[in-house]
Amino acid sequence: MTDSAHMVLMVATVLFGLGLIGVLTRKNVVFMLISVEIMLNAAGLAFVAAGSKWQQPDGQVMFLFILAMAAAEVSVGLALVLQIYHQHKTMDVEDLKELRD
Amino acid sequence: MSTLFYISSIVAVASTVMVITRYHPVHALLYLAVSFLSVGMIFLSLGAPFVAALEIIVYAGAIIVLFIFVVMMLNLGRETAQQEKEWLQPKVWVVPSILVLILLVEMIILLFSDNKDIMRISVVDPRKVALSLYGEYIIAVELTGFLLMAGIVGAAHIGKHKRSSLHRFLQNGENGNGKAHTGVPPEQVSNEQTVLHD
Repeated sequence: MTDSAHMVLMVATVLFGLGLIGVLTRKNVVFMLISVEIMLNAAGLAFVAAGSKWQQPDGQVMFLFILAMAAAEVSVGLALVLQIYHQHKTMDVEDLKELRD
Repeated sequence: MSTLFYISSIVAVASTVMVITRYHPVHALLYLAVSFLSVGMIFLSLGAPFVAALEIIVYAGAIIVLFIFVVMMLNLGRETAQQEKEWLQPKVWVVPSILVLILLVEMIILLFSDNKDIMRISVVDPRKVALSLYGEYIIAVELTGFLLMAGIVGAAHIGKHKRSSLHRFLQNGENGNGKAHTGVPPEQVSNEQTVLHD
């Protein structure tokens, strides 16, 4: 059982790393939001794996909180994406430099 | 358990790699749905069926639909029919369909096999989760309610489509200083005069 828990944690790490690579390399705002979703999903996977290893329900409770947080985050983020596209007609984060010094 | 877990984790990693390497948002969302389904399959093989159902309902249902709505709204007005014809080529949806078929076969094996070696896992049932959620985590549940409320209000406020959506200082900077200074103060003076005469 510990072996499989280690494997699940490794899978969660790989998924989190892929999401981090996506956030760092992509320049489109929608792809960055998608990568953030992948990272949150990997964090939830790690929580559920830990809760399954010790047979406690706390991991699944934390996954529910991550789920609600991801839903709120993606709704606000997509509203921001729509507003950015209506104002600037672009999705490239390199062109959105109004807050830059 | 372990073979099913390995297959679904391979599917998850492969589909996630395909998500972050696609150039088109709809293709990336298709692979993202496959990735969420395979993570739900991992949850099922870990002995958490309630969380697996929530993963499929909320992530692969609601969040993917939100993304698809936004992508479709951003592409509105151009040659959408031609675009959809390009998006639905067979080489786009064949690979995700194969991955989902792998997951489906896996779930059928997991559900309809009487062999106890496959399901040799101890399930944390939803009853314990609910008792813990509404017992010791009740403050966190209420804070999550606040967070969702703030998310709804914030999304409704940000997503409002205003005609002049820049701040007035930024508008003054764009229009030039002279026009801005002539524009605003006379209204205030007239207001004060009317107030004084009344």
